[in-house]
Amino acid sequence: MAPVSTPISSTRKRVSVRASWIAGLERLGWVVASLLAFVALWQVIAVLANDVRRFPSPAAVFGTVAQLASTGALFSNIATTLWRVALAFSSAMIIGSIIGIFLGKFPRVDRFFDPWLILFLNLPAIVTITLCFIWGGMSETAAVLAVALNKIPSAAVTLREGTRALSRDLDEMALIYKFGSWRTLRHVIIPQLAPYFASAARTGLALIWKIVLVVEAFGGRGKGVGYQIYIAFGEFDVATILAYTLAFILIVQLIEFLVLQPLLERVNKWRR
Amino acid sequence: MAAVASSVSEINQATEPLKIRVDRKIFPPVGARDEQLVLSNVAFDVAPRTFLVLTGPSGCGKSTLLNIIAGLDTSFEGSIDLGGGQHRMTYIFQSPRLLPWRTVYENIALALPEGDPRLANIPAMLERVGLTQAASAYPERLSLGMQRRAALARGFILEPEILLMDEPFVSLDDPTAQSLRQLLIELWTSHPTTVIFVTHDRAEAVQLGTRILRLSPGRASVVQDVSVKLTPAQRLDRAVVLAEQTRIFATP
Repeated sequence: MAPVSTPISSTRKRVSVRASWIAGLERLGWVVASLLAFVALWQVIAVLANDVRRFPSPAAVFGTVAQLASTGALFSNIATTLWRVALAFSSAMIIGSIIGIFLGKFPRVDRFFDPWLILFLNLPAIVTITLCFIWGGMSETAAVLAVALNKIPSAAVTLREGTRALSRDLDEMALIYKFGSWRTLRHVIIPQLAPYFASAARTGLALIWKIVLVVEAFGGRGKGVGYQIYIAFGEFDVATILAYTLAFILIVQLIEFLVLQPLLERVNKWRR
Repeated sequence: MAAVASSVSEINQATEPLKIRVDRKIFPPVGARDEQLVLSNVAFDVAPRTFLVLTGPSGCGKSTLLNIIAGLDTSFEGSIDLGGGQHRMTYIFQSPRLLPWRTVYENIALALPEGDPRLANIPAMLERVGLTQAASAYPERLSLGMQRRAALARGFILEPEILLMDEPFVSLDDPTAQSLRQLLIELWTSHPTTVIFVTHDRAEAVQLGTRILRLSPGRASVVQDVSVKLTPAQRLDRAVVLAEQTRIFATP
């Protein structure tokens, strides 16, 4: 179990990135060069290995991507997986946050339930997954629940930390200036919890991307990237495994850059 | 400042004095430290539109007393009577306590209910405290002096009947503190409200207060109660303030 990262330092670094587009272009250049070098290395190893089935060349894998895309299988499987991620992620964040805020707010309750939290934090993912399918049947709900359950404890721990750190000074200020509960929540509490929530979201998404494929391999019910990889494993089809992997990484990174990072920058724009 | 002044005249109708009685205030024991008697038998009335300064050595319970008056601390023996009925109270804290994620303008606007007519006074108030240029800046990008001015503006925009201030100019350099005191004298002269101002700085006490209460060290109780009769102009004259300070604080 990795320790909970300190949310403020990790989000701060992102904001200090220079906004100028020249710097952005330069950064993009490095990324492209780096990826080209990776593909070249892959090509060299593929030639040396000389085994199309077990170590396909980049060209073979890209060919498989194109072929899977043309039949529509690629998109429908990625869409299924993304939908499961969205459901598991949002339910884990909501439930985990509620538990975390509650525990942070009531130290007595926290003292009692803290051992439970530690227990669940240390529960291996494979145990949660198998138990979910045994108790819940091979259903869609069980699959989503299995993914979500792996994230809830760490989201709760992060938000508990944030709730404990809430400023009493600002609370008193809100009381004196008669903010009322809605204004206090919106202008005082939520902005203080936002970095913790963002940190939980970030690490949560990173975890869920990985867990969801394992869950789908167990009980994908015929659909999803994880299920396709499981089938390809049975057929010794490395090209398909890598094709799905590449497409999936691309989508995940797009979501990270187009959704998560702009959101973080918006939340942090007031920082010095 | 016509807009602010005109709306002020109609609301400062408080006539009842504030009656402050704190018989006993203790801090409960923490860890190995025994319980601590912070205030005992502190009792005084404050006539409306008095600028009362509470002064005394650090740690004598001044801030605790202010928190009790503000209603933030309710575990004490005694009674606080703020003149009955509804009253607008503002507390300017030792640190500015602005919301770092809201601009200066938003911080001031949040002190007022939504759609309040006094929202229209904010630009004039910002100009008065010299923050017009900083209206859309986030507090952490401003100097401490500017943050303090924003906190003053937030307090005054409410046109409070009772204004509590806890060493609001501490840890500022002298010229900045002096200009903020001058601003406070101006604001109070044009908008006289009941002020309870806590400080351990004797010169500041004399310069601002129309009445000074000295609290004893240790378990605080009132040891001296004097009025200061200086005109606003005299308050800006260092020599006059020093002479008055020597007179008032002659007794230990």
